[in-house]
Amino acid sequence: MMGRTGMSGGGQRRVQAGWAFFCLTAGLLGWAGCGPSASGPAVGPVKVIQNKGSDTMVNLAQAWAEAYRKVRPDVSVEVSGGGSGVGIAALMRGAVDIANSSRDLKPKELEEARAVTGKEVRVFVVGFDALAVYVHPSNPLEEITLEQLEEIYAEGGRITRWSDLGVQMPHPRYDRIIRVSRQSSSGTYEFFRERALRNRDFKLGSNDMNGSKEVVELVAATPGAIGYSGMGYATDRVKMLRVARKAGEPAYAPTLENTVTRRYPIARSLLMCVLGEPAGEVKAYLDWIRSDAGQRLVEENGFVPIPPSERTTSHGN
Amino acid sequence: METERNDRVGSAAGEVVRGFSSPGRPAWAIWAERAWEVLIRLCGVSAVIFVLAIFVFVFREAAPVLFSGRVRLGEFLTSVEWYPTSAVKVRYGALALIVGSFSVTLVAMVLAVPFGLGAAIFVSEFCSRKVRETLKIVIELLAAIPSVVWGFVGLTVISPLLVKYAGAPIGVNLLNGGLILALMSVPIIVSIGEDALKAVPDSYREAALALGATRWQVVWRVLLPAARNGLLAAVLLGVGRAVGETMAVLMATGHAVQIPHGLLDSVRTLTANIAAELGEAPTGSDHYRVLFLMGVLLFLITFAVNLAADLIVRGIRRR
Repeated sequence: MMGRTGMSGGGQRRVQAGWAFFCLTAGLLGWAGCGPSASGPAVGPVKVIQNKGSDTMVNLAQAWAEAYRKVRPDVSVEVSGGGSGVGIAALMRGAVDIANSSRDLKPKELEEARAVTGKEVRVFVVGFDALAVYVHPSNPLEEITLEQLEEIYAEGGRITRWSDLGVQMPHPRYDRIIRVSRQSSSGTYEFFRERALRNRDFKLGSNDMNGSKEVVELVAATPGAIGYSGMGYATDRVKMLRVARKAGEPAYAPTLENTVTRRYPIARSLLMCVLGEPAGEVKAYLDWIRSDAGQRLVEENGFVPIPPSERTTSHGN
Repeated sequence: METERNDRVGSAAGEVVRGFSSPGRPAWAIWAERAWEVLIRLCGVSAVIFVLAIFVFVFREAAPVLFSGRVRLGEFLTSVEWYPTSAVKVRYGALALIVGSFSVTLVAMVLAVPFGLGAAIFVSEFCSRKVRETLKIVIELLAAIPSVVWGFVGLTVISPLLVKYAGAPIGVNLLNGGLILALMSVPIIVSIGEDALKAVPDSYREAALALGATRWQVVWRVLLPAARNGLLAAVLLGVGRAVGETMAVLMATGHAVQIPHGLLDSVRTLTANIAAELGEAPTGSDHYRVLFLMGVLLFLITFAVNLAADLIVRGIRRR
């Protein structure tokens, strides 16, 4: 792991294990902020940055962590998912240094963080995501409005069949709309509820998947299905619909350009949150993510990078 | 060294001889024996302690919400509206999940019981020694497959087949979950059922054959009645597995909160719902406590199944 041999390597590993145990104990005692962050006393040559949160961002965060290992071999970034809410909760507990969130933080969360840790949460925009609306490729539908999405997904909504939208499905048994959704704790679920359903509840009986990829896979396998998921998860076995804000307004495809210009209606920012002003290795990592090198990975993972004017100047590679 | 060892052997032999006349036993031997006794007694009682402790813990986590007035037990048991994270109106109705659990288990048992018992009868009565050994190894291997692998099979193999050949609008549904659970329960039913049949004394078979019974008559009239208790236990253990299974049904049933109107509708079970939501429900919140309430419910269901099985078996035995 560290490319060293002999006694010294083992010794360092032991020191690290001791340090990890210390931090764990400290965390349990509620000493928030004493995570294994780079701002703590430097023990051992490999510094660990803990990164947790949004499932939407987990692949991207993993890609960043891997690429950063080449830039800074002495810093190791450990990434895990669980959902935006889980990441923020872990940040407040002091269990992680950076929380990933695919939704804006709730005022309640900001307050709680202030009350629990005595620090402000600093939020960095690290990219954008557009939620694409997916259907099966055999579905003749090409575009949809937010109002129609609301009637399909929201509790009490009247659209239950594709023929209600004037769509003739290739086989009558696929006429019933199969609604594919996300588990109720996911940031994607909350974001879609906010934008498309205007915070109304979902109609019961939707198939609630536990991941972005699962949604796309289920839609690909189900001719009568409709689903929403990050546009980075598109495959050639599903079709993305163009989305219009209202009937009569132009519909836009979920493309990079339409997301940055905010013409596409279901788009959001990808955020990384830290407690207090970032310092040391955490700051260096965030700066690198928001440089050209980090933003290239955003695009490679199917998300939308931040505009060049808002990037940090790249250093360290 | 040498003399020391001889001494030890000599004294050990002396102890054995003295051990027979108990007053001469050394104190440490008596204490060691008592310690072992206490230890073994503790092992025996520990099962009861663990079950009680688990129930108390789960109930303690769930109880505050019952007395809070925010969640009514009646609504929990009779409403289908499950909106634990609603932005407008939070509702905790678990009826659809309860029906989901029961319906998947029912479908699984309808499929697994005939197959499982049939296979048990075949393995125990009709096949040659060589075939039996092979079958038993394969069936035991089937029981060792992790449930997440079964869920994967449901998701990637059975699901497209159901869409293609059964005309299902969606491949992950009640039938898919039932099929997977049946496949998971069959090995249990076969191994325990086969043991039950093997436990019937050979003299029964010989007597029946001597009276001129055919092999089928032996099975139907003699073996099945004689092994009834064991076979029932086999089926109920299968039910237990099906009710409690989580990962496979989470992946194969489609995870949709609704009361199914047919075999091809998606459902969600209590176990899958707990697995999907508990990790992200804030500790101590109503949602968290209601999920523990579901745990209590599951606990009571399995308790009822086991109690019923016990009573039935006792009733049969008394007759």
